[in-house]
Amino acid sequence: MLIKRAPDIRSSEITDQKLYLNRREFIRAATGTAAAVATGMTLGEAWLDAATPAPHGRKLEGLKKSAFSTDEKLNKWEEITTYNNYYEFGIDKDSPSMLARSLKPEPWTVTVDGECAKKGPMNLEDVLKGETLEERIYRHRCVERWSMVIPWVGFPLANFIKKCEPTSKAKYIEFQTLNDAKQMPGLRSPVLRWPYVEGLRMDEAMHPLTILVVGLYGEVLPNQDGAPLRLAVPWKYGFKHIKSIVKVKFVEKQPLNTWQDQASNEYGFYANVNPTVDHPRWSQATERRIGEFLMRKTLMFNGYGDQVASLYSGMDLRKNF
Amino acid sequence: MVVADRLLRFGLKPLAFVASLGPAAWLVWAILTGNLSANPLSDLTNETGIWALRFVCITLAITPLRKLTGWNQAIRFRRMTGLFAFFYGTLHFLTYIVVDRFASLVDFPDGYIAWSTARHLLAAIGEDIYKRPYITIGFSAWLTMLPLALTSTAGMIRRLGGRAWNRLHKLVYATGVLVVIHYWWLVKADINRPAAYGVVVALLLGVRVYWAGRRRAIVPRTAPVTAR
Repeated sequence: MLIKRAPDIRSSEITDQKLYLNRREFIRAATGTAAAVATGMTLGEAWLDAATPAPHGRKLEGLKKSAFSTDEKLNKWEEITTYNNYYEFGIDKDSPSMLARSLKPEPWTVTVDGECAKKGPMNLEDVLKGETLEERIYRHRCVERWSMVIPWVGFPLANFIKKCEPTSKAKYIEFQTLNDAKQMPGLRSPVLRWPYVEGLRMDEAMHPLTILVVGLYGEVLPNQDGAPLRLAVPWKYGFKHIKSIVKVKFVEKQPLNTWQDQASNEYGFYANVNPTVDHPRWSQATERRIGEFLMRKTLMFNGYGDQVASLYSGMDLRKNF
Repeated sequence: MVVADRLLRFGLKPLAFVASLGPAAWLVWAILTGNLSANPLSDLTNETGIWALRFVCITLAITPLRKLTGWNQAIRFRRMTGLFAFFYGTLHFLTYIVVDRFASLVDFPDGYIAWSTARHLLAAIGEDIYKRPYITIGFSAWLTMLPLALTSTAGMIRRLGGRAWNRLHKLVYATGVLVVIHYWWLVKADINRPAAYGVVVALLLGVRVYWAGRRRAIVPRTAPVTAR
């Protein structure tokens, strides 16, 4: 017979790849939920998925070396991109590596506000305009007693601050992370009060060690590490290193940072690395460098005391933890 | 009956035993193949802990399961699940001793294996148990399981007598509460998971309180007053 058969699958029936991928994510989420309900436990700790190191990004050219860099052994790309505290992408260390794909770091706008002359939105290109990117190899000490050595790429926060022309009333600087549940699935869970907020005293912010980070290992910063723009303040605990910054505000009063808001008896505003002041639930005297078995002694100000100790002279660091 | 007994003894129980070893086997495999996170030592501590908690929940679930389904044979799994709770709890405690306490000693004046190291290690454990409430609670939880594991043999049941043995083994209720508190106090902000386990343990203990209440309500009416 010469009846013409339609092709097996009409092109109109072919699922758009984006939808298809969404569907896969949906199915994974649904099976996850079902399993969680079945066992009566919240999942996420599931072994349905494995941690995935970030794909390699665009190379950043013409990086300057920095005298502030340490020559300690670097942690691996795999470690730095699969072991992240980034609650906007879930509370497990490996969940950002699996979920941060949904973050869109381009285009990106930072809104400048508060006690300064140059208020308003600034796109990332303008933030970067005129900056020479440097590689800064810093020790990174998490409040949870682990640490890494990370080759950040960035530029001094001081340069950015000067662009904003803060007034004499600007005593502190406050940062905010993106707060978009469509891009950050972890925001649907109220584990912290969103958006994530951090802050620095003006002299801390202007310190040459304090940098805005845009890269890692000479490449564009992976999403799970806070793309496209994050902070690095190496003498402070990791939670001060706010990620995916969308707002910068110059203020007169000390900002209430998220973790202090969460538990003010455990996390303070300053959060300087200090082996002599314990977290109420654990000692801060030692830390585990990721990849090592035996812990090492935690250094005062994470080993940056020569540069920053003077910022806190006369201050009671036990009170201002 | 005989067939059912054989199925249980040679089929279901060995199966349950092997399945219960699964998490430990998985951990060993994951360590050997590098399938844990960038901080495998922390994973080891967390996973052994969570499995101890899960087995405590499973053990506490057996009596309610029996009563609700009428499947009395369920009781024959209880010693095994209870011992697995102790097994994972002990692994968890040992992991903590090695990975946390030993590794954070920093100074080993006479080498890793030496009397001075052992002394420092003991002091470090003791100090932690004394100073950190969640460690105190975790250690207590393990302590409550210790006599239960030691008296889990048929010989010990005989020696103690069923009644005393039963009374002693009510300690597992304390274990259930303590492990949840331990978990609750160690998380940073994300209380969802400990809360979920808290609900499970609360339900398992609550249903017992409810049944006990009902028994008390019924007994005085039916039993003669002199029986007391």
